[in-house]
Amino acid sequence: MLGESERRPMSTIYSYFPGCTLKNKARELDAQARGCARLLGIELEEIPEWQCCGGVYPLTTDEIAFRLSSVRALAEAARRGQKLVTVCSACHNVIKQVDHDMKAGAAIAEKANNYLAAEGVAYHGETQVIHYLELLRDEVGFDELKRRVVKPLAGQKVGAYYGCLLLRPSHVMAMDSAENPTIIENLLATLGADPVVYAQRNECCGGYLTLEDKSVPAKRARAILENARAQGAQTVVTACPLCFYNLKKQEEGTGVQVKYFTELLAEALGLDAKEGE
Amino acid sequence: MSAYKVTQEEVLAVSGVDPKKCMRCGKCSATCPAYDEMEYHPHEFVAMVEKGEIEKLAQSKSLYLCMTCMACIQRCPRQVEPAKLVEAVRAAVIRGKGATHLKPDALPDMLDPDLPQQAIVSAMRKYTR
Repeated sequence: MLGESERRPMSTIYSYFPGCTLKNKARELDAQARGCARLLGIELEEIPEWQCCGGVYPLTTDEIAFRLSSVRALAEAARRGQKLVTVCSACHNVIKQVDHDMKAGAAIAEKANNYLAAEGVAYHGETQVIHYLELLRDEVGFDELKRRVVKPLAGQKVGAYYGCLLLRPSHVMAMDSAENPTIIENLLATLGADPVVYAQRNECCGGYLTLEDKSVPAKRARAILENARAQGAQTVVTACPLCFYNLKKQEEGTGVQVKYFTELLAEALGLDAKEGE
Repeated sequence: MSAYKVTQEEVLAVSGVDPKKCMRCGKCSATCPAYDEMEYHPHEFVAMVEKGEIEKLAQSKSLYLCMTCMACIQRCPRQVEPAKLVEAVRAAVIRGKGATHLKPDALPDMLDPDLPQQAIVSAMRKYTR
């Protein structure tokens, strides 16, 4: 851990944690997020040798090893003196909750730091973890973002699908209201689209149950898309590759298209499709 | 299923949950996306752990249906956080020798070309040790 004086000053450079899926099945999410950041004058520096977050936050208090990859990423961002940006909802949820553990859970923090002492890592919650949506809202600002829009998404009726992981638990995630969130709707309005609010936008898609049993996610995803459609949405956007997968599987016949939020951002900002690759 | 017996004491310690705070409003079960599929529902987990009826929970397929969506954690008016009890019982069961719920050998048949890595690592975290 470096002292305050050795840290680089805050700037438009951020540490970036892409996570396993953005390097593989969700490459477009990574490419669009990076490409749009570049257009906005923001540099996302990928943390070297980051490790998979594990995909789900351990709700048990005694799982220390499951938290270590997050702590390593948090400590690296602290060493660089940068905020840590995530794009995948799951990575964001896990890292943000582990960061909270390191601040609030004295026993967990002590054990995790004991594990990592041999690597020269000591972390006590110095890093601010922000999701890409918060980067747009709080760092760039929606007013500035609006000025950068070259192709407004006029006439597009778009429903935000928050799912579980961006919002809950809200006292830790601290992004938005858990029950009446606005961040994605406000982003959509900034991009010129018509945001559509619907009841299922913060209910679960079925998550990882899909590996073992496709029936529950199929039922959940269909309910979400039908609800979005009934409220007038033509498109539903998500930040989560697993939500994307579960919703996409049920897209046919609902009249709703499922997209990553970054696809609409890239469209509005005029990001050349090839530039992001 | 291993011979390891899961105790109330272990579940309370590992979850950090105090089931006595529950006021039986049922909001956790009302909001649970796996409610229809579950044998024991979130409010029953809380009551059964409080009564020490751990063995029934340890044998139940309900353990593997919680999606960790955190709806019950968010919406519990008494901060009981039922999902943490489901997780603690499940963890205690699958930590038993040979009791892992998902065998890595079974994975190849569960994959399809679009399945995100996130689904695999999450399920492995939840179902295996």
